[in-house]
Amino acid sequence: MSKKQYWKGLEELNPSDEFKAVQANEFREDLPFGDIDHIADATTSRRDFLKYLGFTTAAATIAASCETQVRKAIPYAIKPENVTPGVPLMFASTYVDGGEAVPVLVRTREGRPIKIEGNTDSKLTEGATTARIQGSVLNLYDATRLKYPLIDGKEASWESVDKMVTDALTALGGAPLYIVTSTINSESTASAVAQFVQKYPNTKHVMYDAISYSGMLDANMASFGQRAIPAYRFDNAKVVVSIGADFLGTWISPEIYTKQYSKSRKISAKNPNMAKHYQIEGMMSLTGSSADERVTCLPSQYGAVALAIYNALSGSAANVSPAINELIKKIATDLNANKGNALVVCGSNDANIQTIVNAINNAIGAYGTTISFGSTNNTKKGNDTDMNTFAAALKAGQVGAVMFYDCNPVYDNINGSLIKEGIGKLKLSLSFNDRLDETTQLCKVAAPSHHWLESWGDASSHSGYTSWMQPTIAPLFKTRAWEESLLKWAGNNTTHYDFVKNYWIAKLGSEPAFDAAIQSGIAEPETMPMTSAAFSGNVATASAAIASIKASAADKVDLVIYDKIGIGRGGVWSNNPWLQEMPDPITKCTWDNYVLMSPNRAKKMGAEHTDLNEVQREKKVFSIKANGVELKLPVLVLPGMHDDVIGVAVGYGRDKGVGRAAAGTGVNVYPFVGRDAMGNPSYYASNVELSNTGKVYELAITQTHHSYQNDRPIIHEFTLEEFKKDPNELYNERKSSLEHFTHSFDAPHGEEHGGAHAAEGGEAAHAPTKTEADWQQAYRENGTLYPNHESLGMKWGMSIDLSSCTGCGSCTIACQAENNVSVVGKNQILLVHDMHWIRIDRYFAGDPTKPDSIQTLFQPMICQHCDNAPCENVCPVNATNHSSEGINQMAYNRCIGTRYCANNCPYKVRRFNWRDWNEADCFEDNVYEDGRRDDINDNITRMVLNPDVTVRSRGVMEKCSFCVQRLQGAKATAKKQGRTMKDGEAKVACQQACPADAIVFGNVNDKESAIYKLRYEEQKERVFHVLEDIHTLPNVNYLSKIRNASVLQSVNPEKEKHEAHATHA
Amino acid sequence: MLSYLSRMAKDFKGYILLIVFLFFQTLNAVAAPDGKALFQANCAACHNPYKDATGPALNGVDSRVPSKEWLYKWIKNSASLIGSGDKYANDIYNKWNKTAMTAFPSLTNEEMDAIITYVNLPPPAPKVAPNPQGDPNAQSSDNTLLYAILTIILLVVVIVLTSVNKVLSRSANAREGVPSPKDVPFFRNKVVIALIAIIIIVGFGIWLTKGSELGRQKNYMPKQPIFYSHKVHAGINQINCLYCHAGAEKSRHAMIPSSNVCMNCHKQINEYTGVDQHPLVDLEGNKVDGNKEIQKLYEYAGWDPVKKDYKRDTTGTILAKPIEWVKIHNLPDHVYFNHSLHVVSGKLACQRCHGNIEEMDEVYQFADLSMGWCVNCHRNTSVQFADNNYYSIFQKYHDEIKEGKRADVKVSDIGGLECQKCHY
Repeated sequence: MSKKQYWKGLEELNPSDEFKAVQANEFREDLPFGDIDHIADATTSRRDFLKYLGFTTAAATIAASCETQVRKAIPYAIKPENVTPGVPLMFASTYVDGGEAVPVLVRTREGRPIKIEGNTDSKLTEGATTARIQGSVLNLYDATRLKYPLIDGKEASWESVDKMVTDALTALGGAPLYIVTSTINSESTASAVAQFVQKYPNTKHVMYDAISYSGMLDANMASFGQRAIPAYRFDNAKVVVSIGADFLGTWISPEIYTKQYSKSRKISAKNPNMAKHYQIEGMMSLTGSSADERVTCLPSQYGAVALAIYNALSGSAANVSPAINELIKKIATDLNANKGNALVVCGSNDANIQTIVNAINNAIGAYGTTISFGSTNNTKKGNDTDMNTFAAALKAGQVGAVMFYDCNPVYDNINGSLIKEGIGKLKLSLSFNDRLDETTQLCKVAAPSHHWLESWGDASSHSGYTSWMQPTIAPLFKTRAWEESLLKWAGNNTTHYDFVKNYWIAKLGSEPAFDAAIQSGIAEPETMPMTSAAFSGNVATASAAIASIKASAADKVDLVIYDKIGIGRGGVWSNNPWLQEMPDPITKCTWDNYVLMSPNRAKKMGAEHTDLNEVQREKKVFSIKANGVELKLPVLVLPGMHDDVIGVAVGYGRDKGVGRAAAGTGVNVYPFVGRDAMGNPSYYASNVELSNTGKVYELAITQTHHSYQNDRPIIHEFTLEEFKKDPNELYNERKSSLEHFTHSFDAPHGEEHGGAHAAEGGEAAHAPTKTEADWQQAYRENGTLYPNHESLGMKWGMSIDLSSCTGCGSCTIACQAENNVSVVGKNQILLVHDMHWIRIDRYFAGDPTKPDSIQTLFQPMICQHCDNAPCENVCPVNATNHSSEGINQMAYNRCIGTRYCANNCPYKVRRFNWRDWNEADCFEDNVYEDGRRDDINDNITRMVLNPDVTVRSRGVMEKCSFCVQRLQGAKATAKKQGRTMKDGEAKVACQQACPADAIVFGNVNDKESAIYKLRYEEQKERVFHVLEDIHTLPNVNYLSKIRNASVLQSVNPEKEKHEAHATHA
Repeated sequence: MLSYLSRMAKDFKGYILLIVFLFFQTLNAVAAPDGKALFQANCAACHNPYKDATGPALNGVDSRVPSKEWLYKWIKNSASLIGSGDKYANDIYNKWNKTAMTAFPSLTNEEMDAIITYVNLPPPAPKVAPNPQGDPNAQSSDNTLLYAILTIILLVVVIVLTSVNKVLSRSANAREGVPSPKDVPFFRNKVVIALIAIIIIVGFGIWLTKGSELGRQKNYMPKQPIFYSHKVHAGINQINCLYCHAGAEKSRHAMIPSSNVCMNCHKQINEYTGVDQHPLVDLEGNKVDGNKEIQKLYEYAGWDPVKKDYKRDTTGTILAKPIEWVKIHNLPDHVYFNHSLHVVSGKLACQRCHGNIEEMDEVYQFADLSMGWCVNCHRNTSVQFADNNYYSIFQKYHDEIKEGKRADVKVSDIGGLECQKCHY
């Protein structure tokens, strides 16, 4: 299998000389020596040398003779009882973003939240987090947040805001008042709004979602009489079919779905069964890249595909396209065979298509088994019909006042331009948003509400499931909970805390019950009620409507408008530098949006040269005309895209009021969003015109950064069939490739290392077949001249399951939050100076000219903590060396920045601090600034830094430390209590964040630990180390990817078959 | 500004002994053991014999109250006395802001008499502080100047004699017709040049070596915002270090106590009474008024010593402000040090790193806190190997100990010298 060719990008398939040069070198830049050959001839070189020498000596002397700073040690004036400086406290709370609500634990240090973890007590999420949940702690410290209320753009006190608003509200005289919000599923908030409505009966509360699910909700209303999204149970499904739904990335509740999905796909030799996932989609999504079988189609065909699947269930042949027809045949067979264990989802916002999908799910018995109406998903409740009514009323001058909370319709709603024009004419326009975004700046009053980390509250992402919020920090700014504002204006002067408390005491029965609820953070049923619903949708009408959808004209293309995994929900998070710099899981592009295009399309449009090559950072800029709007975006070529489909992401092109990181990057593509026949936003457009402007734009793509030669086995992948047939294939392959070390040294090995062998008896030591512990140990000892590192106590090890990893990136951001990893900004990413400790390598297999053949694979690549580490041997100052616990240590204060280690690292996981990113050194005015990322160094934003981890200064190397601060912390706790450490007591940040449980970490010396059992018992057939044959002896292992597909794709099947044959012979 | 203490410590040692001696003398002279012990156990939390505290001064209390029987009743259960409508009892109760006195039903009349006898003793006469100049040892004879003058004189003599010798031998040579060697000026003299070169190189080497000590602050003893004497608290009064530095067992930080911790005791203790036994003197030799320092604490803690209550703002928040102590023990930012590990699992005494802190009035940095100092200790210190079950995973060492190959396990044996034990 290792002969199969994987490629990170197109340039690896047809490598240019430039690419080869880049790949061969660790560092892209030459050293700034100028023309080194002529130095000896230069007339002034000696004098210059002396000058520099003199200057540096003088500078060093001056720097060193500075007076030692007088430092203060300032204790609390009155210490809060539960705070011990230096000891973190965990609080249960709830991450809320629009309707998304995830139970979390917040780690605080001296009253500052610094890290978010999932709440593992929740049966719904089981501790799953996403990159955005991990990154949300940075939003709290966003320097762009409004620091006080504003009236007409000027600072005002809350008293004057209260007076002004109550006066305006009484002066409305019966004119309707609209409260426009994102989805709200908090009971106490709904009750506060109700109190307000009681006082001002002309109030209408309108909810909408920045990415609309109205069509789906409308379809469910028609099909089941409930305007609600049911709870999906991917873990119960043996067959999952997704038509354009990115349920692992952005669709409804990705963290829950990823957790469930990965559960149904855990595989081992003992239990070689996994769910099958079919994906039919227009663009390349995160979910599509995890699919077992994937074909592409036009987004305008989603209806046709759904209908074809529906008909195929009863035996009719599909008639969409040959590839799709073939796949639908398979899907229909699988669905019919797994009735009650199958699930079909669709990402379309078209109510007709969703009706057909409901019909399919009804036909395959999904309701009550894999889909439940017993607990509905309240994450998306927006109603675009209401929103359209509001906009129409606004236009007609029938609105007296409007209040916005947690929404930005001027930017992200199809009625944005109407609202923009209408706001100014109102007597009262007010926004509770946290910043001067596109909507808030048009409002008369800005009454900023708290961040969720500063607020009390509750949320109910699924009906029957409640989770509570408690503040983990006193409000940083003069903000006020919007519920408190509403109550105050309704004449109720209670504080938000009292309101929430009284609400829940009334519901839960007592104050102790409320306290217990806040402490645990959640109240959930033991098991989710699985309730079916009677389907009464009109399939005939829906089919007729779908049949009328027309395909694009021959020279035009289809457009998919999608939501980015990092930026999310229509761009609300675009001012988060961590998430802006997080490489998009599929494109690996940072800080920008762009137009996605297939290689064939790019070639056709004359963009093949620069755009097929990801090393080349200048990308052709294309003009895109859709929905009557023309926008220009750079092209990013992505294999796996349908040739006639292009994709663009929302959330960019923000106003400067949103913040420095958000403003001036990318293009706002919301104007492309159209309206379907029912008035709901449509995220697909047909008949899109494309033209090449001839201009270029630089995109910062990290995909080919830190590439290493891939002519050696880096990845091992098998189909489920192959794995079932011979689970030991990989194991035997590894064993035979290391035979040289394990056999030819048998005799001396047995004598020298008598310990292990003596027990087996002398003869066993000479026997050619050995136990697995033996050949691995023999390879360890015989493959090197260096002494073997002995780990007497702990030996940390990590395992990453390539089958489970979806590439979502939450580990990358968790690591960034935990380890103070720097943000470098777009310009420095272009220079390959990115600092992420976890690089998720995306590999493709298949033929780039055939989108349906593309299979994707993600491999998180971190420091492998080699026991025989090439980096350690070359460090001239011994700044990187090996610990007795198997950690490749990095002593920052010892590093002098020769970068030899990075140059010698076969995995390319070392990161060099080219600049002073975080004001970490004592030199003034040395910090790197680019105007975009600089808020990360704001005094407020710096409160997010983890005080247990050094902030690295310029000129030192860094890399994954296995979260050594957490390991040391866990060891210290055990040591102080005088007991041994329990397995799972020390968790690393990436492991804890992973929603797919792909990462297992622990002490390999502990034979009871999960990592030991995984490596040597449960998953020993799938274990491999990257570049094992170079004898680096990594402490990180991977588990082979098992794909439930009939074939594994390759670029050139004939050639590979031939090579495999030759090797075999 | 750096200050040094070593000489101070020496000076003090002499009369500390004297004070301790005097202290015991006083004790013997005024012995009323039963009454004093009872007073301290039961009454001292609220009463002082000679001054008003939470409760009134008790000196002469038996002559103030209506009768001795009344006093017994009051002490045994003041509440019932007040409840019975006794006028004097109610007057006292109201005068002292209706602060109820704890009932002591278990005290016998004899014990109460002993207490009354004790509190009626006349206040001890203030002792004259020993004259700091009176210690003959303080005048150390310093002969440095004498030696310097002598050295210079000898050097001059050497130079004069050398040139005299030179002139004489030259004139002798001239007389005998032997040619004198050419006179080389000293700056061209190879020996001189070589010597100077060696001195420069050696000096540079020393400078470089010393350079590694830059930023180290051994003996650093800054002036603090309050003259807080560890000697008075931890030494004389035997307060456990962990009472104030509670973090030392729990956290990486030992924690400087917040002022409300100080107030736990100083609500009662509003004056420094130990001035006879241990007069407070700062580094410059100036006398420090302990009472004034306590007043400073009240200022920081927001305590009103007259009303005996905290000053509060309108929302009820205590108007306290933190004390900005000057940090003495500074570690670089890239060093992770954990107090709790050393105190709890290492079972180290505070003095191991901080010196005899209970002997210090003002604290100074005892150890140089250099990496070499840390590492040496990690090399030489044994871990609590047998007692702490955490170490049971080190099977090899347990075997070696059993076999007698190994006596103990040093910190360095379990990875205590590795970079990422302290740097991450």
